[in-house]
Amino acid sequence: MQSRLDERFTAAREEGRSLLVGYLPAGYPTVGGGIAAMRAMVAAGVDVVEVGLPYSDPTLDGPVIQDAADAALRGGVTTTDVLRTVEAVAATGAPVLVMTYWNPIDRYGPARFAADLAAAGGAGAITPDLPPEEAAPWLAASAEHGLDPVFLVAPSSSDARIRLVAGISRGFVYAASLMGVTGTRAAVGTQAADLVARVRTATELPVAVGLGVSTGAQAAEVAGFADGVIVGSALVKVLVDAQRSGAGDAAALDGIGRLAAELAAGVRTPVPASA
Amino acid sequence: MATRTAAQPAPAETATATPSVGAVREQAENWQAFPDPAGHFGRFGGRFVPEALMAALDELTEAYDQARADEGFVAELDRLLATYAGRPTPLTDAHRLTEQVGGARILLKREDLAHTGSHKINNVLGQCLLARRMGKTRVIAETGAGQHGVATATASALLGLDCVVYMGEEDTRRQALNVARMRLLGAEVVPVASGSRTLKDAINEAMRDWVATVEHTHYCIGSVMGPHPFPMMVRDFQRIIGVEARAQVLERTGRLPDAVVACVGGGSNAMGIFHPFIPDTAVALIGCEAGGDGVATGRHAAAIAGGSAGVLHGMRTFLLQDEFGQTQVSHSISAGLDYPGIGPEHALLHETGRASYRVVDDAAAMAALALVARTEGILVAIESAHAFAGAFDVARELGPDATVLVNCSGRGDKDVDTAARWFGLLDDAGGAAAGAAAGADPRG
Ligand SMILES: Cc1ncc(COP(=O)(O)O)c(C=O)c1O
Repeated sequence: MQSRLDERFTAAREEGRSLLVGYLPAGYPTVGGGIAAMRAMVAAGVDVVEVGLPYSDPTLDGPVIQDAADAALRGGVTTTDVLRTVEAVAATGAPVLVMTYWNPIDRYGPARFAADLAAAGGAGAITPDLPPEEAAPWLAASAEHGLDPVFLVAPSSSDARIRLVAGISRGFVYAASLMGVTGTRAAVGTQAADLVARVRTATELPVAVGLGVSTGAQAAEVAGFADGVIVGSALVKVLVDAQRSGAGDAAALDGIGRLAAELAAGVRTPVPASA
Repeated sequence: MATRTAAQPAPAETATATPSVGAVREQAENWQAFPDPAGHFGRFGGRFVPEALMAALDELTEAYDQARADEGFVAELDRLLATYAGRPTPLTDAHRLTEQVGGARILLKREDLAHTGSHKINNVLGQCLLARRMGKTRVIAETGAGQHGVATATASALLGLDCVVYMGEEDTRRQALNVARMRLLGAEVVPVASGSRTLKDAINEAMRDWVATVEHTHYCIGSVMGPHPFPMMVRDFQRIIGVEARAQVLERTGRLPDAVVACVGGGSNAMGIFHPFIPDTAVALIGCEAGGDGVATGRHAAAIAGGSAGVLHGMRTFLLQDEFGQTQVSHSISAGLDYPGIGPEHALLHETGRASYRVVDDAAAMAALALVARTEGILVAIESAHAFAGAFDVARELGPDATVLVNCSGRGDKDVDTAARWFGLLDDAGGAAAGAAAGADPRG
C-alpha cells in the first residue's frame, strides 16, 4: 500500500519536480505560533512538514535550531504539544513527519508514540540518532501503525551502511548533504550529489537532501538531482529573527510565506545536474 | 587489556529482544563477555549517534582492536605510564584514618599522585597515542572540573597534537585555575554558553565539533561513556588502576580486600578499579554517586539512585530525565561528578547486582575531605571525597577484621577555593567573606 509520502513523491515525479520539505520546531515561539507558521509555510508551497520535537541536548543542531528549541522548552513545550501540533498541521492535508532525537520517543514508549502519532494524523518520523542497529522496536511500532520511519545517510556512510539504512527506511531516505550540524551554508556541498547517486544504487526509494539549503537557487540546484529538498534552519531563522527584532507575529508569518514561496519556486525549476 | 573470547554474544544486525536480567547475570560471570561487538552491556550501551559518526566509530573500534593487540603500542603506552605519568601509583595504608573511622582497615590507591593529579591521565595517554597512530592531528575533549581537559592538554603537548577543550561557561568560572593551566599547556579552551552551561553541554558542543571535523580530529572522551567503543576503551585504559591495586593489596595484606569503593561521575575511575575485581565475587564493589543537596531535593547527580533508563550522549544508560525524556540538570559541589548520566557498564553492574551504588551528598563529601586532610595529610579532590565518605560507612559496616580499598582518584589542589569557601577559611582580605561558610553552596 502506498503511504501518503509515497503518493506525494510519485505525484511530484510526474510533475517533473522535487518535493519541498520544511522544518520548524513545535512550540516556537508558542505552540499556537508554531502551528500558524507551519500552516503558513504549507499555504506558500511547502509539500511536507517536519515538526521538530525540541530536546534538551540537540547534539546535531547548530545555533539557530538550538536557540529555538531552548526557547520552546523554556516555554514548557512537551511531547503532548508536539502531537497536538502534528494534528493541527496534518489538517492542512500535507504529510507531517515528526523530527526527533530518540530519547523522547524512548521515554514516551515507542508503541505508544507510534499509536498517538498515527492518531494525530502523522505520516511518520525522522530519527537522526537512532541507528538501524537499535531500531527494531521503532520499526515494529511504525509498521503496526502505518507510519513511515525515515533514516539518514551521510557522506561518510559506506555502501554497506547505505544499503542497511535504505533497507529499513520507508517514504524516503534522508541524505545529509555534508558532515556537520544543521545551519545555513553559503553553498550546498558537492558531496550531496555524489551521495544521492550512491543511495540510488541501493534503493528505489526517493532521496531527499537536507542540511544547508536556504535559498531558492540552492533548492533549484538540489532539485536537479534529488527527489526532495529539506529546509530547516533558514525557516527557523526567520522566526528567530522576528522574535529578536520584535517584528511581530504577522511579520514573522509573512517572512515564512515569502521564503517558502521562493523555495517552492526553486524546486519547480530544477537545475539539471552536470553529468 | 581484555581480549575478546568465544563466549561473546554474536553481533546483532538489528536490535534483538532485551536479554532477561537472569540471562545477563549468568553471562556476567564471564566478565570478558561485555560489551558485545556492537557495544552492548546487557541492555545498556550501544551507539545512538548520527549516521555521520558511524564510520568514524567503526574506524576507531578497528584501530583500537589492532592497537591493543600490537605489542609496540602496548609497550609505548606502558613506557609513558611508567616514565611520564609516574605509574605504578602507590598503595597507602591509612592508619590514622582507619583509627578515626573505627572500622575496617582502609587502604588508598593513590591516583592523586599520577601526573596532572588524577586518574584521567591513564585514559588520555592511551587515546592520544591511538589518535596519533590513526593519523589524527587534532584532539578535542570535554571537561567539567578541568582534570580531563588538563590531562588532554598535557598529552597533546607531549605528542604534538592540536588540542581544543570544551568547557561549560559555568565551569570555566568555578574552575578558573584549570582553564589557565590548559591554556599554559597550549590548548584552546572554548567556553560553552548553551543549555545548562556545564559538563553535559560541553559534551554536546564537542560532538557538534566532531561531526564536522572527524576526518582529522579525535574526540577524546573523558569517561566510560558515550557511544561504543568509548565505554570499553576508556575502561580498558583505566583498568591499570585495578590491576595494580589488586596485586598491591594481595602483597600488603595477603588477601583480597572485602570491598572496593570509588566515586562515580561518568564512572571511569570506578570502572578502572572495579574491573579486575569483577570475577572475585567475594569482593564487594561499591560506587558513590554525588547526592548534591540530597536525592529527595531533586538537586543531585545520582543517575542510578534518582534516574531512569534512557538514551543520552550516544549510549543507553541510567540518567536524570523528566517524564518526556528531557535531560534534567544535575547538581553537585563537585564539577567532575556533576553529570546527569553514568557509564553503561555501571548500569549493567547495578542491574546484575555485581556492584552496588550509594549516594553521598555535598556535606558528607566535604566532611570526609576535611577528615582525610587532617588525619592523613592528603588533600583529596572533592570527587574522590565522595568515595571516602562512602568508604567510612562501609568500613564501619564491615568491622575491624575487614579491609576496604578506596580509589583516591585525584588531588584537591583545584578545589582549595571551593573548600575554603565551604569551611569559611578565608578572611575578608583573602578575597572571600567568611560568612559564605559551612552549609552554604559555594557555587552560588
Ligand atoms: C579526581 C576526579 N575523580 C573522579 C572524576 C569523575 O570522573 P569518573 O567518574 O569518570 O572517574 C573526576 C572528573 O573530573 C575527577 O577529576
